[in-house]
Amino acid sequence: MYSFDFEKPSTIDEAVAALSSEGAQALGGGQTLIPTLKQRLNAPEKLVSLTGIAEMKGVSSDGGTMKIGGGTTHGTVAKEAKGSFAGLAKLASLIGDPAVRNRGTIGGSLANNDPAACYPSACMATGATIRTNTREIAAGDFFDGLFTTALEEGEIIVGVDFPVPQASDYQKFEQPASRFPLVGVFVAKYGDRVGVGVTGAGEDGVFRWAEAEEALAGNFSPDAVAGLSHSADGLISDLHGTAEYRAHLIGVLTKRAVAAAS
Amino acid sequence: MATVTMTVNGKSRTGEAEGRTLLVSFLREELGLTGTHVGCDTSQCGACVVHVNGEAVKACTMFAQEADGAEVSTIEGQANADGSLNTIQQAFQDHHGLQCGFCTPGMVMSAAALLKDNPKPTEQEVRNYLQGNICRCTGYHNIVKAIMAASGQDVSAIAAE
Repeated sequence: MYSFDFEKPSTIDEAVAALSSEGAQALGGGQTLIPTLKQRLNAPEKLVSLTGIAEMKGVSSDGGTMKIGGGTTHGTVAKEAKGSFAGLAKLASLIGDPAVRNRGTIGGSLANNDPAACYPSACMATGATIRTNTREIAAGDFFDGLFTTALEEGEIIVGVDFPVPQASDYQKFEQPASRFPLVGVFVAKYGDRVGVGVTGAGEDGVFRWAEAEEALAGNFSPDAVAGLSHSADGLISDLHGTAEYRAHLIGVLTKRAVAAAS
Repeated sequence: MATVTMTVNGKSRTGEAEGRTLLVSFLREELGLTGTHVGCDTSQCGACVVHVNGEAVKACTMFAQEADGAEVSTIEGQANADGSLNTIQQAFQDHHGLQCGFCTPGMVMSAAALLKDNPKPTEQEVRNYLQGNICRCTGYHNIVKAIMAASGQDVSAIAAE
């Protein structure tokens, strides 16, 4: 790793101030950023750890909304969401391994916007709101292509608000070496709509499968999407799978998610 | 350089760390606690698992300064006060839960974290929990068996396949 200065503020205001200097970068749980630094793919002059900020941690419910602090670990989300938001709890419980889940955070994952990260699919399917230190951003406006988001320099994800669905599930087809999803599908059912978020497949990152959402809104059953197939256009082709293979997986995993939704 | 102080295995320890100093480097090189191993240095193998504030983490993927003020437990603190092996360590010995031993510190620390949350795990739960711990000897069956035995469960029916 290249050398850098390290700060660990205890409030959001202190963190924002620390991040205002040239070459400063936020550090969440570090489960992606630290390996990247080791490979010298990134050379910040200063890292500002967000893990000491108590006001950015924890899960609370407010009416039909689950509010998750940006510094909340995957392990905590898996535990706290279990009773009321099964799909999100399952998603969090399948990220990495137990030790990684004890460090990695939801805010860090969303800010990085890896095209195969799990959380973006849940944000898109549910229509979550990403709260930063300056504003609120709808999930549909937040993800902006590979590893790119609507975040400005120095802007911090303070929390994420999920409208809690009546039923939800996440299906992840693991790439066996990395355990990232080769394709992951999040399905969320509400009274008047259904959301289907797809990760791992799109050349521009996470997206919603509108055709499946429409079919499921009228009939929330695996049969409703049995006749649908996603186009391979715009999907990733790499040594792990072709675009056609990923397109097929999107259909299969959507069906499975609907069947398993609870 | 910054001065970092943490409670390691119940004792307050202080040392110097750069921003980029990893927790595992601090433990091994600054404090001389070489029981925590570096296997892959890419957060995959789990030989470096320690507990920070009671939670299992990969010490190669956390900075020493992030652990300033934390309670850290390492393999060196696992034995009983009289120096005898604790239940998990003894079970690893009894059930041949190690071959070369390189992954063992991480395996024992992960097992301790699992059994704290889930005192009677199923065999599948043990296997799932060890997803982030790789044994280069591929000796998983006896590791799983040892952890099941450490949880007080009958392991006579678990085959050494």
